[in-house]
Amino acid sequence: MPQSNPPLLELYRTMLTIRRFEERCNHLFMQGRIPSTLHLYIGQEAVATGVCAHLKDTDYVLSTHRPHGHAIAKGVTPRSIMAELFAKATGCCKGKGGSMHVGDMRVGMPPAIAIVGGNAPIACGMALAQKRLGNGGVTVSSFGDGAANEGAVHEALNMAAIWDLPAIFVCENNLYAASTAFATAFKIDDVAARAAAYGMPGIVVDGNDVLAVHEAAAAAIARAREGGGPTLMECKTYRLCGHSRSDPLTYRTKEEEARWLEREPIGRLAAQMREQDLVTEERLRKIEEVVVAVIDDAVAYAEASPDPLPSDALQHVFYGQEA
Amino acid sequence: MAKMSIAEALRQAIREEMVRDPRVFCVGEDIGVEGGFGGAFTVTLGLSEEFGHERILDTPISEIGIAGVAIGAAMAGLRPIADVQYGDFLFCMMDQLVNQAAKMTYMSGGTVSVPMVMRAPVGSTRRGAQHAQSLEAFFTHVPGLKVVAPATAYDAKGLLKSAVRDDNPVLVFEHKLLYGSKGPRSEAGALSPVGEVPDEEYLVPIGKGIVRREGSDVTIVGKLLTLYRALGAAEKLAAEGISAEVIDPRTLVPLDRELILESVRKTGRLVIVEEDNLTGGWAADIAAIVAEEAFFYLDAPIVRVSAPDTPAPFAPVMEAFYVPSEERVIEAVRSTL
Repeated sequence: MPQSNPPLLELYRTMLTIRRFEERCNHLFMQGRIPSTLHLYIGQEAVATGVCAHLKDTDYVLSTHRPHGHAIAKGVTPRSIMAELFAKATGCCKGKGGSMHVGDMRVGMPPAIAIVGGNAPIACGMALAQKRLGNGGVTVSSFGDGAANEGAVHEALNMAAIWDLPAIFVCENNLYAASTAFATAFKIDDVAARAAAYGMPGIVVDGNDVLAVHEAAAAAIARAREGGGPTLMECKTYRLCGHSRSDPLTYRTKEEEARWLEREPIGRLAAQMREQDLVTEERLRKIEEVVVAVIDDAVAYAEASPDPLPSDALQHVFYGQEA
Repeated sequence: MAKMSIAEALRQAIREEMVRDPRVFCVGEDIGVEGGFGGAFTVTLGLSEEFGHERILDTPISEIGIAGVAIGAAMAGLRPIADVQYGDFLFCMMDQLVNQAAKMTYMSGGTVSVPMVMRAPVGSTRRGAQHAQSLEAFFTHVPGLKVVAPATAYDAKGLLKSAVRDDNPVLVFEHKLLYGSKGPRSEAGALSPVGEVPDEEYLVPIGKGIVRREGSDVTIVGKLLTLYRALGAAEKLAAEGISAEVIDPRTLVPLDRELILESVRKTGRLVIVEEDNLTGGWAADIAAIVAEEAFFYLDAPIVRVSAPDTPAPFAPVMEAFYVPSEERVIEAVRSTL
C-alpha cells in the first residue's frame, strides 16, 4: 500500500465525476445546447484528482484552457460549472468566463488561465503571498507539455526556486500540444529533467495511476508546506479525446490510442480495488448512480437558470463596480 | 510643506504606504540591492535598509515573472508595487498585464480582485528607440486597467498612494525627465520640477483632472512632459494676448471627461499635446470625445500635437524634433485662432 494512505473510493468518485461530467458536456455540445468550445480532460482525470485530494480551500490551483477536471477536483460545484458552460447568470463566472475560465476563489481556484503557460508566474505570486502571510498554504500550477516551452514557465520556475516558494508545478504531459507531438518540441524525454536546471526536485509520475499521483503529490505538497520549496512534477498521461471539439484526431494512430485506453485511470483504479478485494460491484454501481445523479442535477440546474442580461456585459470590468 | 522632486515624492508615498499596511511590498529589478541604484531612477533608494529585502524584493531579469508575481500576490492578499526599469519593458509582460491582470476580475464575474500597482518610466531621453516610448495609450485601450500619469511631486505622491489602496490593477506612468533623480541617475535635459508636498497625509483621487492654468481662448491638454510644454506655450502666448487654459488630466483611466468638455465649451478651441506617436493615439481619443460631446461649441478644428509615426530617434537633434516642443504647441494654437 502506498505511503500516502489514499482514500480510494473518494479518488474513484472524483475521477468518475469528472469523466461523466465531461461526457455529458460533450453530448450537450453535440446537441447544440452548450455554446462554448470545450477542451475535455478525458483520460487525464487521475492527475487533478490525485493532486487536489491533498488541498484545502486555502490552497490554490491554477488551471488552463482544459480546466473542468481541476475545478471539480478542487471543489467548484458541478452545478456552477455546468451553468457557466450553459452561459447562465448562475455560472461560477456569471457567464463572463465560459469553459476556459471556470473557477471559484471561495474554494481556492481562480478563473482558469487559458493562455498557455500564463498561470505559472501568477502561481509564484500566490505562493509568495502564502509564504509571506505564513498561512501554510500552497499553490499548484497545472500546465501541459506545450506550456513547458513557454518563456513564462521558465521565468516562473526560476523565481519559485530562488525564493523557495510553496509551489508545485504539475506538468500534465499528454504527449501532444494541440496536434504537435512531444518529440517535435523537446530534445529530452522528460520535462521533469529541466527541474535540475532551476535547482528544484523534478519527478516523473505515471499520470494515469491515481495512486502514484496521490503519493507523489503528498510528498511535494508536504515539502512545500514545510518551507522546503517548489517541485516540478511531471505526470505522463494521455488525452483520450481531441484537443478541442473541432479536433478529428488525425495526427495520432488508433494503435497508440488503444494502448493508452487500456491504461485509462478510472478502470485501472477499479481493477486495482477489485483485485485487492477493497470494493464490491454493488459499491461501484452505487457510486456510478450517485455521480450520474449529480450530473443530472447540474444539467437541470443549468437549464433552469436565467440568462444574464445583455447589459450585464458592462459589469465587473473593475472590482467593486456594479454597472 | 516640504519641497521635493517627483522621485522623492514617490519614495515617500511608498514608505508611508508600507508603514501603514504590512501587505504592501515592492517587487522589481535592482530596487533593493545594497550599493545599487534604488531602481532605475532612484525611487526605492534606501528602502531596503528600512524595510528589508522581503518587502523590497529584487528579482531576476524576468519581466513576465515580475508581472505574474504582482498579479498572484495581489489575488492572494498582498498589495504589490511592481516596477520596470523602463516602460518599454512592459511589452515583455503584455500577456500578464492585458490577458491576466486586466481580465481577472471580469472573468471571475466580479469576485476576484487584483490590487496591484505597476510603475513604469516613459519618455524619450537620448537612449534610442527601445528605452523611449510613451506607452500610456496602449494601456488606456485595455478595459480593466486604471492608468495614471502624474506630472508634479504633489500628484505623484497622492496618486501613488491612491493606486496602492485601489482594488484594481493601476499602471503609474512616470516621465524620466520629471523625476529629479540625483547623482549618476540624473537625466540630461531634465525639467526636474520640484514641488510643495504637504507634511500631513493626503491622497489625490484617481479619476480627477486639474486645470493648471486658467484661460479663455483655447484649451490645451497635456500630460507628463507635454504638460510643461503646454504651460510654457501658454506663458508665451499670454505675452501675445492669447489666453490659453491648460488641463492636466492626471488620470487617463478613468478619464475626467467633464473637466475637458467644460473647458472646451468655454474656450471653443482644443489642442492636445502628447509625446506618443500620432496614429491610434491618446490625443485621437480625446479629440473624438470632444467631437462627439462638444462639437457645436468648437470654433476651429481640433489639433493634435504628437510625436510623428516613427520610432524614437537617438540623435539629440532628431529627438528634439520628435518630442513635441513649445514652438509646435504655439503653432498649433495659432492655427486654431
